[in-house]
Amino acid sequence: MNKELVLSLDHVTSGYRTGGIFKRGTYQEVLHDLSFDVRHGEILGLVGESGSGKSTLARTILGMVTPDAGEVIHYTKRPQMIFQDPYSSLNPAYNVEWILQEPLRIYGKYDAAERKRRCQEMVERVGLPLECLEARPNELSGGQCQRVSIAQALIQRPRFLIADEPVSALDVTIQAQILDLLRQLRDELDLSYLFISHDLNVVYQLCDRVLVMKKGCIVEQGTVDEIFDHPKEDYTKQLLAAAE
Amino acid sequence: MKYAVKRIAMLLCTMVVVSFLTFAAFHMISGSAATAKLGTEATAEAVEALEEAMGLHRPFLVRYGEWLLGFFTGSLGESYQYSMPVAQLVAPKLQVTLCLSIMSFVLIAVLSIPMGVMSARYAGGRLDAVWTACNQVGMAVPSFFIGILISWLCSVVLHWFVHGQFPGFEQNLWGSLYYLIFPAITISIPRIATTSRMLRSTIMSEMQKDYVRTAIARGNDRSAVLWRHVLKNSLVPIVTFLAQGMAEILAGSIVVEQVFGVPGLGRLMVASINNRDLAVVQALVVIMAFWVVLSGTVADIINQRIDPRLSLGEGK
Repeated sequence: MNKELVLSLDHVTSGYRTGGIFKRGTYQEVLHDLSFDVRHGEILGLVGESGSGKSTLARTILGMVTPDAGEVIHYTKRPQMIFQDPYSSLNPAYNVEWILQEPLRIYGKYDAAERKRRCQEMVERVGLPLECLEARPNELSGGQCQRVSIAQALIQRPRFLIADEPVSALDVTIQAQILDLLRQLRDELDLSYLFISHDLNVVYQLCDRVLVMKKGCIVEQGTVDEIFDHPKEDYTKQLLAAAE
Repeated sequence: MKYAVKRIAMLLCTMVVVSFLTFAAFHMISGSAATAKLGTEATAEAVEALEEAMGLHRPFLVRYGEWLLGFFTGSLGESYQYSMPVAQLVAPKLQVTLCLSIMSFVLIAVLSIPMGVMSARYAGGRLDAVWTACNQVGMAVPSFFIGILISWLCSVVLHWFVHGQFPGFEQNLWGSLYYLIFPAITISIPRIATTSRMLRSTIMSEMQKDYVRTAIARGNDRSAVLWRHVLKNSLVPIVTFLAQGMAEILAGSIVVEQVFGVPGLGRLMVASINNRDLAVVQALVVIMAFWVVLSGTVADIINQRIDPRLSLGEGK
């Protein structure tokens, strides 16, 4: 496997300032001194309890939150993201075709015919029938919506994808289908993922390496086998015990 | 398309019910038109004779049927007070009031949507604070007072128009339209305040939704998110609200017409009610009801275009 990097985080610290006109703002640190790499072609799992800063980390990588210290280094163009709730993360006012073409319109490189062609190709690639293009999100099932989200994230041909709990809102059988799809897309399109989840079973099935986060810090990292079979830290052991 | 046809059928049913209720209400109130015309001094025989001549003794349903037919043929009966056909009496005033209502409506729609969006865009900032304060004032001050203020400012101080000299459409079309701008502004100020306020809060709650985050992640900037994603989802309640406002515009125009001395339906309505000129009042009530129901229907059809999930309770 080619080991070139797609993403590096170098001592990233990030947080929120709260407070208003009358009282002095307080500073809440959410991410503390994080450093890790994502390598080409790998699926890096990120686990941790709620409030451990997983979603803030995703937003920081995407640039929606600016780190207060440290640096996020991208080695690929336009990383994209898949969100948790497939129903609410698609705009209900537009049909699937409009939703899928939007990123292409924003970066305006292609004409209408080319956008349509790419859109159709992507719909087939994520395993949706072409009729779905005319449908609006409320007419689709949860699994179909998540496929639309994935297609929308991939339509600009990113090389790196962040998936924030992409299957936790879905039924178990649908979960398995979406995980298969993610694995298949990685092979076909040469992608790397940062896969955020609190479900350790899903991480075990899908990921190559795992980061364990607690209160904004990385507690432990290693390959799936290392973490699941020989956890070193107490926190990791607790998580594993809780998942059984 | 099917939806539009259905909605228009509903509109017609509503109008039949409204016209029937109107007719029945005027049938039931005491004091006949003949007494009103002849005065209380008239002899019982004279009243009787006139009632006979006016056809007031025939069965209720027959008279209702004739009157309803009249709406389609354009003969709305005769005004007791002015002894001229109601249609001839109402038509020129209807032009003025319709024109005034439409101008107010356009002002409201064109101004409140960008204002609501901008105040949501800069929510919490200075612009928003100033705008909120203006809104409160606009909503609180009654429209006749705004009218007096505007006519004083624009007519007496700035000499932009001569108060009380409405030229009339036949004499001077552009002059009349120009004159109507000032009452239209008066009517629209409170509505602009409420509509933009409502749009602001709808947008603010839409902004919390997940699809907004997706839109940002896919490369939209803030204003693209606002105009392209959020506004379309916020429009449905606003279109409904604007249509409901039609009734208020009409009611407001009755008052404001008096303030600006515009010869619209408002004056005619007040005069005919005072004179028990029932034929005129009946016609006016039905015309106004039609105008309000029509705007509701148009709003529903537009909303269904924006969001096809809305239909008349069919499907889910």
